[in-house]
Amino acid sequence: MYATNYHRASSVADAVKLQSSSDEAKYVSGGMTLIPTMKQRLAAPSDLVDLRHIAEMKGISVNGSRVRIGAATTHYEVSTSAELKAACPAISHLAAHIGDPHVRHMGTIGGSIANNDPAADYPSAMLALGATIVTNAREVAAEDFFTGLFETALEAGEIVVAVTFDAPAKAGYAKFPNPASRYAMAGVFVAKAGNGSVRVAVTGAGSNGVFRHAGLEAALAANWSADAASGVDVDASDLLSDLHGSAEYRANLVKVMAKRAVAAA
Amino acid sequence: MGVEGIGARVARKEDKRFLMGQGKYTDDMSVPGMCYAAFVRSPHAHAKIRSIDISAAADMPGVIGVLNGKQMLDDGIGNLICGWMIHSKDGSPMKMGAWRPIAHDTVRYVGDAVAVVVADTMGEARDAAEAVVVEYDVLPAVTDAVKALEAGQPQLHPEAPGNLIYDWEIGDGAATDAAIAAAAHVTEMKIVNNRLAPNPMEPRAALGIYDSAEDHYTCYTTSQNPHVARLVMSAFYNVAPENKLRVIAPDVGGGFGSKIYIYPEEIVCLWASKRTGVPVKWTSDRTEAFLTDAHGRDHVSTVKMAFDADNRVTALKVDTIANFGAYMSLFSSAVPTYLYATLLSGQYNFPAIHANVRAVYTNTVAVDAYRGAGRPEATYLLERTMETAARELGVSPAELRRINFIRSFPHQTPVIMNYDAGDYEASLEAAMKAADWAGFPARKAEAAGRGMKRGIGMSCYIEACGIAPSAAVGSLGAGVGLWESAEVRVNAVGTVEVLTGSHSHGQGHETTFAQLVADRFGVPLDSVSIVHGDTDKVQMGMGTYGSRSGAVGMSAVVKALDKVETKAKKIAAHLMEADESDIVIENGALKVAGTDKSVPWFQMALAAYTAHNLPSGMEPGLKEGAFYDPANFTFPAGCYIAEVEVDPDTGKTKIVQFVAADDFGNIINPMIVEGQVHGGIAQGIGQALLEGVHYDPETGQLLTASYMDYTMPRADDLPSFQVSHQITPCPNNPLGIKGCGEAGAIGSPPALMNAITDAIGNNDLTMPATPQKVWAAARATAN
Repeated sequence: MYATNYHRASSVADAVKLQSSSDEAKYVSGGMTLIPTMKQRLAAPSDLVDLRHIAEMKGISVNGSRVRIGAATTHYEVSTSAELKAACPAISHLAAHIGDPHVRHMGTIGGSIANNDPAADYPSAMLALGATIVTNAREVAAEDFFTGLFETALEAGEIVVAVTFDAPAKAGYAKFPNPASRYAMAGVFVAKAGNGSVRVAVTGAGSNGVFRHAGLEAALAANWSADAASGVDVDASDLLSDLHGSAEYRANLVKVMAKRAVAAA
Repeated sequence: MGVEGIGARVARKEDKRFLMGQGKYTDDMSVPGMCYAAFVRSPHAHAKIRSIDISAAADMPGVIGVLNGKQMLDDGIGNLICGWMIHSKDGSPMKMGAWRPIAHDTVRYVGDAVAVVVADTMGEARDAAEAVVVEYDVLPAVTDAVKALEAGQPQLHPEAPGNLIYDWEIGDGAATDAAIAAAAHVTEMKIVNNRLAPNPMEPRAALGIYDSAEDHYTCYTTSQNPHVARLVMSAFYNVAPENKLRVIAPDVGGGFGSKIYIYPEEIVCLWASKRTGVPVKWTSDRTEAFLTDAHGRDHVSTVKMAFDADNRVTALKVDTIANFGAYMSLFSSAVPTYLYATLLSGQYNFPAIHANVRAVYTNTVAVDAYRGAGRPEATYLLERTMETAARELGVSPAELRRINFIRSFPHQTPVIMNYDAGDYEASLEAAMKAADWAGFPARKAEAAGRGMKRGIGMSCYIEACGIAPSAAVGSLGAGVGLWESAEVRVNAVGTVEVLTGSHSHGQGHETTFAQLVADRFGVPLDSVSIVHGDTDKVQMGMGTYGSRSGAVGMSAVVKALDKVETKAKKIAAHLMEADESDIVIENGALKVAGTDKSVPWFQMALAAYTAHNLPSGMEPGLKEGAFYDPANFTFPAGCYIAEVEVDPDTGKTKIVQFVAADDFGNIINPMIVEGQVHGGIAQGIGQALLEGVHYDPETGQLLTASYMDYTMPRADDLPSFQVSHQITPCPNNPLGIKGCGEAGAIGSPPALMNAITDAIGNNDLTMPATPQKVWAAARATAN
């Protein structure tokens, strides 16, 4: 790791000020990606601005059907929140299967979303739940937020402060982990909204990051059942191929995980 | 056995410091003025070094020196060696290319060292290493051993035309061919043994300390055999004469073979310490470990196994290509020859065997012994083929093995080995009973009802351990003898120190070696200390590998204990005015048999050192040493059964049952033996289901250079193991023990692959059986 200066921000405004004081400063939340990258000398921020201790970015609230999760909320907190388990158990289930206990106690939902690792779990939930990403400057629909591999709509210096979404009528998440990294090789989040509309989002498999699958959405909107997912053709042509899984294998996994997600919903 | 003697489940004495984080490893060592080394490594798999510009690096903060391979050559530091001479079948010696500790002309794998920076801090050393500018002329690379033998491929070493190191054979080719021609059935297979990265928990490290006043060197290093390291660094690398070089291997966090070898880095630390005038420490990070620790396995073989009309084996013919990587590591040449082909008879009565082995250079890191070393390759080839033959012949796998078991001992195989003792049927029966083999069809049907494909597979392994009789290995080309030494020092108060040439890096020697003393003299385990790993304390030793510490290292201790016991009895007899032959040792006292006369152990020891009242002519003190050279290899054997369920939708394999029935001969500490078996099976599961090194075939870049891509076994990949022991004592050593360190890694991969291929009904599957591969193979059968 190269030498770096650590700053603990006390508020969003403080964080922005600290970050803007250097061209090479970076925000850090749980640091589950950034710190290992720095240890391998692949990233060299001059300054790290820690967002985990900003009160306004923490906590979970459910008002009626509207759910709000502060960006600095850890995976562990999401996985164990009684309110969330009542409103949207699928997202608690998702959080409970990210990494290992150490990761779940350090990693945060905001960090995961802002990093937009193509194999991270949360982006699929945001997309399928039609979530709104709340930043210090604006509100962005999840649809417009995830723009590519490790790419988001965030401007320089912009901070994710929370995510909000309407609790779905039904939702489920199933993933097949990469045997080595345990990141998703294919993770599918299915959600049926109160109005009956269905969204299906896939992580880990797309060559351009998280995406919605129109075929699965149509099939499940017509018939919300695992069997309905079985009949869908998943095209392998836009899927990732690597050592652990060919596009063809991932296409199969997308279908199988979709079935399992529906069964779990 | 008592509560602390031979056969007792004594908790490991060393675990307290390990579990409390108080072990003292090489990287924990710190000396005044110590500086840090960082290596500049080749990013190319094959290239000529055009120039090395150190000017920017030399001016960086904290930098003490930037050293290169040319300087090392000028200082007379020798080439790294391979210590076992193999001759090709045409009589020519193996073709060994030069391996420089720091390359000065050509780099041959990604990670080859080209320069080293010494600086005040590790961070400064790494910063400066990045500032060294090396210009390369990049050459084409080849990473696959089969391809490297083809015409027109990149050539690694001028000494080895066609990248061929040796073309070696063993056995009777004519008799084997004749038997195959006359056979009622021949099973043919292509067998690939995947390449593995050893991944000990503690990465390699070295600390070189040069004392200019004494012209003396001290080397702390992560070694399984510090005396061999000293010998090789003195005799071949010209670092320093033995009396001017102390090598210390303190606590070492796992080796699995990868820490047998003498690597460039420890030589460089010693040399750089003299060059720069400061102690120099280097500690590998995990990426460097993947890139530069010797890998294991990487064989491609074809096999023909012939049977007569009664399903009796008549011949085995094997052709193997072994990937050696870019350089010949210390014991690399012996692994696919005398540690592999000599075990191809397995547990079976083969009248004829012939094996041909070609060793090949490629642009990958060196390949050498890794837990099992040759024997997993032999067992995998044999047991996958035997299982396939059973399927082809329509015979149950157990029955086909039973028909062909060797049943009388000693047994001379067609490939050198003379098996001394064993009962293969006993382990087979124990394993089948423990696994409820008979109940499998019902379990398979139940799983099918859940949509799961259930399979069962077995493997009957044998290995040669207790390495090894010195004269025998010498005649086969070994550069060293493979005896072991021990010294037993009884202190004046009766406490005991055992000095051993065996090195403990996870094996629990501090407990098991002490149990021998507790058993013999009835002294408490806590009053026995085991000293190892320091060439200034232990005179000489050959180290720990090849499951040899018990069969060879402990046998040396037993010989020394014999001598101590003899002298102790003489002293006690003198003190009690009794006949030496009437003295017995019981409960920590020396007694005159049949009387109430007795001298406590400590009192006898005190008498030895006060020397006020010793038998006439006896030297004071109580300290004896011994060297033990084994008469034969030992032959642990057993039967492993794996039962799996494959999810056909994802290809994910779950191991639902794993049974190990092993014959290790007599056992000193069953708990430690079981731990060794558990660890070995975990590594075997890693090989069979999870682990595989991948290089990019064009660029030679290592694709599996971190745990993001290299799948190490985790707790949830492993089932609970059912372990049992069948004991036929080894007749060739005083304790009757055979060794247990490698069995788990040897016996488990074929059992698992036999089970998975049974489950999916497709035998065309290579290790590691990843979900993707199993899914594809299962689908191929379903269609």
